Amino acid sequence: MKLSNEIVADIKRDYVYQKLRNNERIDGRGFTEFRKIRIETGIIDKAEGSAVVRIGDTEVMVGIKMQPGEPFPDTPDRGVIISNAELVPLASPTFEPGPPDENSIELARVVDRGIRESEAIDLEKLCITEGEEVWLVFIDIHVLDDDGNLQDASALAAISALLNTTIPNERFGYGDDEILPVRDLPVSVTSLIVDEMILVDPSSDEEKLSKSRITITTDTHDNIVAIQKSGAYTLTEDKLYEVVDISIEKAREIRALLRDV
Amino acid sequence: MEDIKLIVDGRRIDGRKPDELRNVKIEAGVLKRADGSCYIEMGNNKIVAAVYGPRSLHPKHLQNPNRVVVRYRYNMAPFSVDERKRPGPDRRSVEISKVSKEAFEPVIIKELFPRSSIDIFVEVLQADAGTRVAGINAASVALADAGIPMKGLVSAVAVGKVDGEIVLDLVKEEDNYGQADIPVATFIRAGKIEGITLLQMDGRVSKDELKKALELAKKGCMEIYRMQKEALINRCRGDEIVE
Repeated sequence: MKLSNEIVADIKRDYVYQKLRNNERIDGRGFTEFRKIRIETGIIDKAEGSAVVRIGDTEVMVGIKMQPGEPFPDTPDRGVIISNAELVPLASPTFEPGPPDENSIELARVVDRGIRESEAIDLEKLCITEGEEVWLVFIDIHVLDDDGNLQDASALAAISALLNTTIPNERFGYGDDEILPVRDLPVSVTSLIVDEMILVDPSSDEEKLSKSRITITTDTHDNIVAIQKSGAYTLTEDKLYEVVDISIEKAREIRALLRDV
Repeated sequence: MEDIKLIVDGRRIDGRKPDELRNVKIEAGVLKRADGSCYIEMGNNKIVAAVYGPRSLHPKHLQNPNRVVVRYRYNMAPFSVDERKRPGPDRRSVEISKVSKEAFEPVIIKELFPRSSIDIFVEVLQADAGTRVAGINAASVALADAGIPMKGLVSAVAVGKVDGEIVLDLVKEEDNYGQADIPVATFIRAGKIEGITLLQMDGRVSKDELKKALELAKKGCMEIYRMQKEALINRCRGDEIVE
């Protein structure tokens, strides 16, 4: 980065911080307010399911591919979920080509945990021949534009794409195609902690202030199904419970959007 | 599989009560070459941790002019689990290394060693659930053994939900067939818990159950903390005898 850019970045960071100290976010949002969320599904015909989610200017595409394969030995009668995330260099000046780094691995694994632990997909329905063949469900997260909060955009795109997924029985000679059964709607809510403040759905400008994040994923019954504290910081218990309450409430709002998908 | 009873008459499959830790054995200074080291047994987990540094960091572009760079490598030996683990980092160990590193960064006084690195290596020799927290407990003692300036110790334990009950320090079967697994690391200074530095969870719990689980985790972490301190005191005594 050129020096002038760095100076601009510093000035911007100070500006964002000063605003926060005055109880304002630079885009005028409330502290627990998400940016505008838009969900589109079924955009990639070649995929079994797909979705693009935009949260403000953050844009993430998820494609679902399915194919028959071997089950894990300890779960011979269950389908397999495989999640992967690519932070492709077109999405941010800080992303570089190459194998997945710890950030993209964490991103994919936290999305995976929400879907797996909420039992959103009935894996027993994805058994073809017990012990021999089951459906493998590949959840591929493709980040297109990183303006902050990739975690929630990815999780929302993943569940949206699953809601749009057809099991390709015909292509593999297993009869008629059918809709992938989705029985829960896990929603993740990520907050950035700056000093004592909680910023829900941080933008990339806000993420430059602090790397202290926490993601809480809840299911349709307001149970917590996944938590990930991310970043080098000390979290107090009070702050955690505050974040849990906010996350449950925000997840309900976002889940309402999913019901229209 | 689902109808395996993991708690019968208030006792768990290994005879423990819900709020009991497994047997823990901690020994500091077990390796000759490392600047600091620690061996821990937590139930059937056998883990060794080593710390190298602060030492100069190469290549140079990785250096930070203001503070030390902390690196953490969690690694499982191929023979540490029932089915041989392919050697080298997999996605799970990359994630564990990341969150474990972040568990120590708020505690290490990083400003003291600009342009340097502190490298923490954790080798899981035998695994039986809770390896990341056992590894953190060993790494914490190894850091102290290496004389790294820290604001306190990091003590960690896993809590979870098994047969609908909140339990401390899960074994493999409880992890596999239970309803939730919550690894927690706390930063403890002068015998007081300052906060949480690692928190993950997978499974399904209500908010109230999470609260209950964290209460139990704090109790477990305090017990671990006392054992870590004892291991460090024993290490100092050992030095005196040699001299």
